[in-house]
Parts: sequence; C-alpha cells; structure tokens
Amino acid sequence: MAFIKRVLPGTARGRLHLGALICVAAFLAVFPGVSRPYTTIFTASILMYIILSLSWTFFSGKTGYISLATAAFYGIGMYIEAILGRYIPLPAAMLVAAAAGFLIAAGIGAITLRLRGVYFTIFTFGLVLLLQNLVLWIEIRFFHTKGRIVTSGDFTFVYYCILAVFVILLIAAVIMRRSRFGLALECIGQNEDSAAHIGVDTTRTKILAFAVSAAPVSAVGAAMATRVGYIDPNIAFNLLMSFMPVLMAIFGGTHSLYGPVFGALVLTLLEEKLIRGYQEYYMIIFGAVMIIAVSFMPKGAAGIAESVFLKLRRRLRPRSHPRNDGGARDE
Amino acid sequence: MSGRGVSISFGGMKAVDGVDFDLREGEILGLIGPNGAGKTTLFNIISGFLQASGGEIIFGGGKISGLKPDKICRAGIARTFQSARNFPGFTVRDNVLMGALFGKPGKTRAQAERTADSTLEFTGLDKYAGMYVSDIPLSAQKRLEVARALATEPRVLMLDEVMAGLNPAEVEDAMALVREIRGRGVSVIMIEHVMKAIMSICDRIIALHHGRLIADGAPSEITENKQVAEIYLGEA
Repeated sequence: MAFIKRVLPGTARGRLHLGALICVAAFLAVFPGVSRPYTTIFTASILMYIILSLSWTFFSGKTGYISLATAAFYGIGMYIEAILGRYIPLPAAMLVAAAAGFLIAAGIGAITLRLRGVYFTIFTFGLVLLLQNLVLWIEIRFFHTKGRIVTSGDFTFVYYCILAVFVILLIAAVIMRRSRFGLALECIGQNEDSAAHIGVDTTRTKILAFAVSAAPVSAVGAAMATRVGYIDPNIAFNLLMSFMPVLMAIFGGTHSLYGPVFGALVLTLLEEKLIRGYQEYYMIIFGAVMIIAVSFMPKGAAGIAESVFLKLRRRLRPRSHPRNDGGARDE
Repeated sequence: MSGRGVSISFGGMKAVDGVDFDLREGEILGLIGPNGAGKTTLFNIISGFLQASGGEIIFGGGKISGLKPDKICRAGIARTFQSARNFPGFTVRDNVLMGALFGKPGKTRAQAERTADSTLEFTGLDKYAGMYVSDIPLSAQKRLEVARALATEPRVLMLDEVMAGLNPAEVEDAMALVREIRGRGVSVIMIEHVMKAIMSICDRIIALHHGRLIADGAPSEITENKQVAEIYLGEA
C-alpha cells in the first residue's frame, strides 16, 4: 500500500494524467476486437515507434547524449526472434531480446559513455554499421546464407505483446521520473560536472540508463520480426530505425512524456499517408517537415502546447506568476 | 586533510608544482595568489575533477587522490564552482535537494528533504525555494552554490570565489555565512580575491604563485611576507 501511495501522483493534475493514461490503455486493449485487421497492424506500428522514441528520450532526452544506436538494439531483437522463434513463444523471445539488449548496451555504455558529446553519437552510429556487417559476415561464413525466414505470428497476438511493452514502459517512466535514478539522470543532463560533485556516480548512472533504454527496443524488435517474415542484416540493422525515434522525439518535444508519444503518433501517420499517396515525394516532404520542426519548435510540439497553456492560464489568473507557484513566498 | 607534493602539468607547464598543505579540523584556510597561480587547479585536483600527476592527498586517514568526484564528495569533501554551476531546470529547493539526496549515502527521501529544507533556511535561501535559478539575484545564486555543497553534509567545504561580484553588504553576509558554517564543525578552504574578507575570517592563509607554495601562515604573517607583497604590489 505504502508503495502504491508513493508512486501515485499526489496532485490533482497528476491524477488527471494517470486517469487519461488508464483510459488510453483500456481503449488500446479492446481495440483489436473492434477494428479491421489492417488498423490493428498499423496501430502496432505506431506503438512500436512510440516505444522507440520514448526509450530514446529516456536516455538521450534526459542526459543530452544523443544516441543513434536504436537500430542496433532493434536489429538484435529481430535476430533473436529469427533464431529462437521456432523454439520458444514470442513473449519468451522478447524477454531474451530485452535481456540481450540490456547487456549489450551496458557493455557498449561501459566503453563509450566516458566519451562526451559528438564522439558518443558517432560511436553509436558506427555501431549499427558494425553490427550489420558483422552479422552479415557471420551468416555467410558460418551459415552460408544471407537472410533468415522468421516464423510469422498472429497479428493480434503480436499487437498485444507490443502493447504490453508500451504499458510497462509508461509505468516505468512514470515511476522513474521522481526516483533517485531519474533525478540523477536529470542532474547529469543539466550539468554533468555539478552532478558528479554532489555525489552522483555519473558513469554508472549513464551506463545503467543506456542499458535500460535498450531493453524495450530489442523486445519490440523481436515482436516486429514476426511481421516481416524474412530478415537479413540490411533489413534488421536499418539506420532509419536510428533516426526515426530521434526525429519523433524532437518533433514532439523531449521534456515531457507526452512529447515523444505525440511525435511518434503524428510522424507515423504522416509517413503512412505520404508513402501511400506520394511515394516519390515522401522523403522530401518528410525532410521538410523535420527542418521546419527543428527550426521553429525548439521544444517540440509539447513545448508549444505548454507555452499556449501557460499563456491561457496567465490570462485567466493574471496575478500568479506560473514559474513561482512552487511555494515561493513573495519578497 | 593534507596534500604532499601535489603536482600537475598541462602540456609541459607545471600548473601546480609540488604543493604541500594541511587543512586542520575546524579551520578556515584561505588560498590566495594572482590569476593563473593554480588555485582553482589545486581545487580541481582535490575534488577529483582533475587527476594529479604527482603527490597525494590524504583525508580522514585514507588516500583520496585518484578517486572520482562523486566518491570524494561522498567521502565528505564538497566544493563550489567559481562560475555558478547550478541545475537550471530545477527549482532552488530541488537544486539543494539533489545535494542532500546524492551527497551522503544511505539517506531516505524524507531525510534528504529535511536536510534540504534546513540547509535552505541556514543559508537564507528559503524565500527563493520555489523559484528557478535564472529568476534569483546573483548573490542568491552564489549562495545556492554553497547551499548545494553544504547539503551533501561535508566535513570539508571548498569555496571558489563565492564573494566575487558581490557588493560590500553582500560580502559581509557571505563572511558571516562562512563563519557559521565553520561553527557547525565544517572545515573550510576558500579561494578569494576580496582581501578584506579573507584577512578577517581566515585562521591561516596559504599563497600560491606560478603553481608553487610561497607562503603559509596567519593573516598577519602573510601581510608582512615580502614575496607576497611583491607579487601583489607588482601586479598593481
């Protein structure tokens, strides 16, 4: 009970958010029963992108270390399902994938998270290419093949597996927000030197966060592998999967949980519309949207929403300054 | 806390060169010297921000040189930075709370909150508690730097020019605060250019010049030290 009390948001606003989340989760849970198969499959894709961009935001959004390794962990998950899918059920393969993603990310983090800034980004970028070529070499050298057939799964079941990851991720994100671990990450993002000097073990915190953020990505990779039927290193380690979550998170805004969710939702819909309607122009339009988003919305869509909300509130309650209502007394 | 033969060089230049120093229990030790003398570099070595290339630092019976900043903080040595390095995304209270939460191992959240609140009151920052760093005056930002370090409950507090840029009245307040901090049993080592302040509150002063220790003594001895006078007058 005490635990539940500690985790539950104390403010009315917090409870409102929680209520909204439960409603969304409940709706998503009954969704496949009332929608057409195509819509269910497409919604699973949206959820997949939301999970990827939330995971990315959890580490990179908080710490400011921009990771382009998402495709690496995603691909690892895909390969684990391709190898194990015949022997064990999907949820078990997803757990194995999550564990593998966690461990590999921890190892990579231990090597690279001593690097700062752009070096870390370039390393993670190179990691995707490295894995892609390494796996290709292993496949050809030892298995005399380039790709693998993946046992396909029932799309509704896959949908529920991905939904489960989404719900677990949201709960974890909410709990971590004000946890010691979450605050340590926040401190690192705001000023890493200060964080170290007040006793935050910055290296350990960064490595752990990077590893935690990789686990859901690999799990979802395993689930999505069952949908493609066939994978090879180029399909599994597709760099686009590294860039999309970054774009979605930046588009939506990395300072709140809603930002990446909103960004992933809008951009997945946009991508779908563009691919179906304007195949040739898809990348051009998509690129233009991103340039506009980055230039004019530094805090993303969530940042715009917040400033509109604050303006409205100021107009309604002109005398309260929104930034000092945290208990500051007037001088 | 004591250092023996502490040295570091940057590209062949010896920024700190074989410095011996002692900080006694409950003492306020001043660290003076012209710009570029190696004062902040020495602080950076003590706090683990830089690794010394020679010598060692002993604290509480053990060697602390070579440890990372977080370990040194948790061992009981906290510091401030010359240019305030607060957490801009947190309120003043949360800034202090982070020090309380991470600075001392094994603290519960409730204990950390109590430490944060008492530290805010002690440093006179309680009236800014809910504000963000960018919204409070410079003197309060400097105090916040001290408060965050204090919240880690150190036995040694290192202050790097916390009085720079303050007006005379604020300097008086800051001096009173440093005395009160010592009154709580915390040893203080401070870098300061405000001579009046350092002469009146320090028990002892050490002076650095070109990375070498050139004087060590009571404030009255330091003012009479020829070499120190030369350097300071030579500069002026």
